[in-house]
Amino acid sequence: MPKEIIKIDNLKRYFKVGDETVKALRGVSFSIYEGEFVTIMGTSGSGKSTLLNTLGCLDTPTSGQYLLDGISVQGMGKNERARIRNRKIGFIFQNYNLLPKTTALENVELPLLYNSSVSAKERSERAEKCLREVGLGDRLNHKSNQMSGGQQQRVAIARALVNNPVILLADEATGNLDTRTSFSILTLFQKLYKEGKTIIFVTHNPEIAMYSSRNIMLRDGRIVSDEYNSDIKSAEEVFKTLPVDTD
Amino acid sequence: MNIKNLLKVALKALNNNKMRCFLTMLGVIIGVGAVIAMLAIGQGSKNSIRSQISEMGSNMIMIFPGAERRGGVRQSSEDMQTLKPADYEALRNQSTLIANLTPSVNSSGQWIYGNNNYPSQLQGVNSEFLEIRQRNVTNGEMFTEEDVKRAAKVTVLGKTLVDNLFPDGTDPIGKVVRFGSIPMTVIGVLDEKGYNTMGQDQDNIALAPYTTVMKRVLATDYLQGIQASAINEENTEATIAEITDILRIQHKLKDEDEDNFTIRSMQELAEMIESTSAMMTILLAAVASISLLVGGIGIMNIMIVSVTERTREIGLRMSIGAPGRAIMMQFLIEAIIISVTGGVLGILLGAFATWMISAIAHWPVVIEASSVVLSFIVCTVIGIIFGFYPAAKASKLDPIEAIRYE
Repeated sequence: MPKEIIKIDNLKRYFKVGDETVKALRGVSFSIYEGEFVTIMGTSGSGKSTLLNTLGCLDTPTSGQYLLDGISVQGMGKNERARIRNRKIGFIFQNYNLLPKTTALENVELPLLYNSSVSAKERSERAEKCLREVGLGDRLNHKSNQMSGGQQQRVAIARALVNNPVILLADEATGNLDTRTSFSILTLFQKLYKEGKTIIFVTHNPEIAMYSSRNIMLRDGRIVSDEYNSDIKSAEEVFKTLPVDTD
Repeated sequence: MNIKNLLKVALKALNNNKMRCFLTMLGVIIGVGAVIAMLAIGQGSKNSIRSQISEMGSNMIMIFPGAERRGGVRQSSEDMQTLKPADYEALRNQSTLIANLTPSVNSSGQWIYGNNNYPSQLQGVNSEFLEIRQRNVTNGEMFTEEDVKRAAKVTVLGKTLVDNLFPDGTDPIGKVVRFGSIPMTVIGVLDEKGYNTMGQDQDNIALAPYTTVMKRVLATDYLQGIQASAINEENTEATIAEITDILRIQHKLKDEDEDNFTIRSMQELAEMIESTSAMMTILLAAVASISLLVGGIGIMNIMIVSVTERTREIGLRMSIGAPGRAIMMQFLIEAIIISVTGGVLGILLGAFATWMISAIAHWPVVIEASSVVLSFIVCTVIGIIFGFYPAAKASKLDPIEAIRYE
């Protein structure tokens, strides 16, 4: 039996906007086990961003249970949540969010700066290892603004991996990239999946579901479908068929 | 996040915005520089006043006839004749605290020698005048007690008078000069002292036995003043009290009567001048501090801009696990680095400005260690105070909103 990384039970999140209450999540329950590659899909307004924020310990649910790696998150204070984000979660954003004018290595080291148990030496060693893993071993000291979108996203993925998180949370990680680069990034995600990493990939692009092991559909704050994918397509094969841009 | 990493992060952020960082710093640099220079000028003038006064004799006491003058009320001539040679004798015989004592009678007039003449004064004193005023006779000698008794027509001249009466450099000793119509033999020349703090030429002076001035020049039997010196500066107060007692008995004043004489000490004068100069210093420093304050506000301004501009960065740092505390420290340290670096450069600028002032305007200036330390502390405090609001603002951002900030 694989380990239960995420367990949410009847998760609700309401926002007060003026006099109205916006019900972003109206009771969502699921469990995600170690080694799964889950896509969470939904149109805008479906509550997927709120769900992602909650799973990422950036937000606390109005009601319901959330266990991350066996630890109950609701009721945690701001600093405790910051700590758990630092130790257990790897974030990947649509717009990469790298520090400007900063080298790839320094960007990847960033999460470890907020972990005092990691020495400066270990920090750079781990950062370098993660950059090699995402295929940027030869660009360690390139500055973020000297890199292409695909390379920047790889740096961001390395940054998400550097703290050995129990889960990778990707928010539209291919949303800003062209098709070919998107597939190269998807290939990287599939590689990480094969290595046993647990990944949640939030997107509104239904195509991506074909490359993941499980797909959860959200609509109006509720789960409308939760299906396992027995026939995972290889992103690498698609990538190979795409012509190299020679313009 | 430890201090070393925080410093690294802050320095990197500042390095990314060198120009802006320098301009912000400039406010502090100018502010601190101005404060340092103003304090140096103030302290310098205070020191020079103090040294000039101690040169003039910081233990000097002057006794004038008449009650203390209040509000410019003119005093009758009778009031001005309350000091007699008998008072001087009484002080001489009864006082235990006075070190030196001389009567003082002055007359203005024209000094004449041959074709040269020069308007000046003649001060009637005794030989102890030299000790009280800390003067020396460099050429020739001072008149003696014998000369005083005989009311001898001898004089000791200051350098200015010698230069004007003997422009060709003739040795004045033994020459007979005239004060008005009275011929007097020059027996000595006083040492050169230059101008004092009040701008008086201390060398435009001529001394003669007070008896000579009283009998042969003014034909009076009262004194214009008595000058004395206490044994040392600390004893001045006690000496003044003793003089007051002796003179009150001598003048047969009743308990309820006011003193019909006035005593001033150099110490009092020094305190008065020093308090004026201290007030000037405070005023100058206050004006300079305003620029320091403006510099501090500049830091706050730029830090607020910086926090807004880097909202996404803050959001990211929070998302990957930076606690609010670490974000706050990051921005606070940036502000402190700006203010402290500005402070150090400002101290250098202030030192340079001070040096320029002394080199060009020849003002006496002194940079005290205390003013440097004070400026440094003030800078750090300014960094903390003006950095605090933006840093707190940054630390309170919501990471969800911050990371999506465009």
